[in-house]
Amino acid sequence: MSKRAAVLIVITLLVLIYGVIYPNLFVVATSLQRDGAWTFANYREVLAQSVVLEAIVNSIGLSVFTVLLCAVVGVPLAFLFERFEFPGRRVFAALAALPLVLPPLVGTVAFIFLYGESGILAHSMQTLFGLETPPWSLQGWPALLFFHTYTMYPFFYVLTGAGLRRIDASLAEAARGLGASRMIVVRRVLLPQLTPSLIAAALLTFMTSMASFSAPQLFGGNVRVLTLEIFTARQRSDVVMAVTETVILAVISLAALIFFQRYEGTRKFAAAAMKGAPRRRAAIASGKTRVIATIVAIVFAILLVLPVATLVLVSFAREGSWTTQTLPSAYTVANYVRLFSEPLAAEVFVNSLSMSAIAAVASLLWSFCIVTLLVKRGRGRLIDKTWRRLLSLLVLIPWALPGTVVAVSVAEAYGRPGSLLGSFVLVGTFWILPVVYFLRFMPLVVRAVQASMEQLDPALDEAAGSLGAHAWQRFTRVTLPLVWPGAVAGTLLAFVIALGEYVASVLVFVPANRPISIAIASELRDFNLGAAAAYGVVLIVIISISMVAAGKLERMRG
Amino acid sequence: MALLSLKNISRSFGTTKAVADVSLEVQQGEFFGLLGPSGCGKTTTLRMIAGLEKPDSGTIQFQNADVTNLPAERRGFGMVFQNYALFPHLNVFENVAFGLRARHASKAEMGERVASALELVQLPGYDKRAVDELSGGQQQRVAIARAIAIQPALLLFDEPLSNLDVSLRESTRSELRELVTRLGLTAVYVTHDQEEAFALCDRISVMVGGHLMQTGEPRELYEHPSDIAVARFLGRNNLIKAMRLSSSDASEGEFKTLEGGHTLRLPVKHSELSPLNQPVFLAIRPEHVQLRTNGDSGPNSLRGNIREIVFAGATSTVRLDAAGLLLEALVLQPDGLSINQECTVVLPHDRLTLLQNQRG
Repeated sequence: MSKRAAVLIVITLLVLIYGVIYPNLFVVATSLQRDGAWTFANYREVLAQSVVLEAIVNSIGLSVFTVLLCAVVGVPLAFLFERFEFPGRRVFAALAALPLVLPPLVGTVAFIFLYGESGILAHSMQTLFGLETPPWSLQGWPALLFFHTYTMYPFFYVLTGAGLRRIDASLAEAARGLGASRMIVVRRVLLPQLTPSLIAAALLTFMTSMASFSAPQLFGGNVRVLTLEIFTARQRSDVVMAVTETVILAVISLAALIFFQRYEGTRKFAAAAMKGAPRRRAAIASGKTRVIATIVAIVFAILLVLPVATLVLVSFAREGSWTTQTLPSAYTVANYVRLFSEPLAAEVFVNSLSMSAIAAVASLLWSFCIVTLLVKRGRGRLIDKTWRRLLSLLVLIPWALPGTVVAVSVAEAYGRPGSLLGSFVLVGTFWILPVVYFLRFMPLVVRAVQASMEQLDPALDEAAGSLGAHAWQRFTRVTLPLVWPGAVAGTLLAFVIALGEYVASVLVFVPANRPISIAIASELRDFNLGAAAAYGVVLIVIISISMVAAGKLERMRG
Repeated sequence: MALLSLKNISRSFGTTKAVADVSLEVQQGEFFGLLGPSGCGKTTTLRMIAGLEKPDSGTIQFQNADVTNLPAERRGFGMVFQNYALFPHLNVFENVAFGLRARHASKAEMGERVASALELVQLPGYDKRAVDELSGGQQQRVAIARAIAIQPALLLFDEPLSNLDVSLRESTRSELRELVTRLGLTAVYVTHDQEEAFALCDRISVMVGGHLMQTGEPRELYEHPSDIAVARFLGRNNLIKAMRLSSSDASEGEFKTLEGGHTLRLPVKHSELSPLNQPVFLAIRPEHVQLRTNGDSGPNSLRGNIREIVFAGATSTVRLDAAGLLLEALVLQPDGLSINQECTVVLPHDRLTLLQNQRG
């Protein structure tokens, strides 16, 4: 093995051992110990509590219903917008993925302003029909499922759309030619082909819903879910409870991952790379259907934009000007001025930006190390297949685990002087959040870098070699220039998600690293609605700019 | 002394043996071909010569130095890849200059050598073009310019013409040969196209199933394939299963065909004689099979019945049945021939080859 490979392996393993293996094992071990002895006593006790059982059932139930609702909304929309052409199609298609880039906390806040019991919609209903009390309250199951569907239906919409684009149009044509009706074509030809996309979407939705925290916290009402239970247990300093529940949540998430991937592996699908006729969108001919399709497009486009529009509106509301009115009565830019002039508020931005940047750049650098070990190369790989599988699995774990689990495991493992870090205690320092952000979002960057590297023609590296370029020259002059657009796009994505991170931050933040999300939550608690909204809007602006840049980079790659 | 020599090279991928015990020598100034069907191990052999792949066993010597474990970047061989492998982020100049930059050539030298390389491939003035703006043929030339710019000690080609369309392939082929000869370079050229190999190469090694079957000049390979796999791979051939008769004298072998029971004579070196009563294969090219309608009979002439005549433009293929022995003959004009017609088939004895290696 070359010296270079040895260095890469050491760096990769150090990160995985410190970041993934040790914290997770530590949490599992803690949950299995009492007074220094190994025992299942913690589980027996925790699982004997009806609250905990209820939380488990609720978490799973919420995720299952979320998956079903998102499929019901996302799949038909994908069919409509991917297969047909009509006025208004583009407007919706452009906005469809918007909820994906909205930080969950910001979305939650926007929902409260818009759909909450004293929100704009409830208020207008109340005034319109002269009701004494608000017509509804944004609480409990309906509220959670509504919010989850809004934020997670894009998984189904985007993946089904991509799946439909991949399907060879001649398959449907062949089926029609054999006498199959339109319905049979959909059921027997298209849906089976879409199964991998649907499973992938279901997996993403399930995992995201399992990990959901902001919505259950802000309008879950009496619906207790695991993430929230873990949070409150830690607030009570009930470490045993928090740790045990963390392991339960982790096990459920990993089991779901294995379940979905198993199912995916049991079926065979026609290779997408097969040569075939690409399908063109069919124009809807019938006038009536056209009108309905257009109305659907417009309604959904409005539904998508309304929360963001509400946020913008409220961000300009004068403090105290929005109590009993439908819309705020007085507007001002004071909320924004405060954000940029008050040192405490500005500090929050500096914290989030710097911590996210540190995590993103570290992810990028580290990704190159691990991806070099993972990708296929012309001259044989640096490590063998078993090791590559193991590395891929270890990278996948923090992605599959809810943010709550990642935060709790790091916080517990590095909460007091220990064997790995000596006397250094990570918890309570500025660095805890960059570390947690890194662990949570590095899988995204690894995947982006890996995808870019695998697209690279191995002959390029070989050509450079045959022309006399040594390893470092080949990396800097051939690999890097070709891979960086994709890699940086992935890094930007990790950066913007870290920027709005709330779930893990709320568990381990300290005054020295208070991020934007914590500031939003505390403004909300103090009823500084305008300020909370202004934070959210600035966050959305930063995210939008980054996403546009990432999109540009992605196109550069193609 | 050979410029490049491979000694007992083997390479496996997992359980498949891609290259098995290959030995060959390439002389200075030679245009050497590696020919074989896809999957025969010719590309793997080339990649081992280039240093892109390491042999499991065996040695590679270049200019009498062992280079078996020398990485590609230190061999100084130029290589032209099947898909050209031009760097998409660099323009034509930068692509051609890549190897010179890696060698830290001075700016002046770089400019001069890139210009002369582009001149040689007839692309002067294309320096600033992006490589994806070029046609397939032009990209091909840039790939060649890039390989010759480093003044390689050996030039390696991995099916460089297979991505070009037929008309372009032929003109590029002769230009390529001319260029290599003019620069006095030694080349190793991998292809699965027999015609291409014959047109380009001084000598060719035919590989089948990871084994090197035969090495020789194109004509020698074509007319006297040493074994059945080579005979089958290089164009069409009549393969006749036969048994040696005991009455043969020293200079000629006498064989009895298993189908039809005809007696055939052909010159065979005594050392090549196979044991009696063991079936062997004889080969003769369809174009060497002579058809006569005048009933004249001499040595190696059989009576045959015409079963099929396939017109293919310049030539026609005639399929015959000689008392159960099926033969193909290539004729320029099938005048006076018709189906079911009886005729005399002559297999000239100097055109018949005894296949030595019965493998395959």
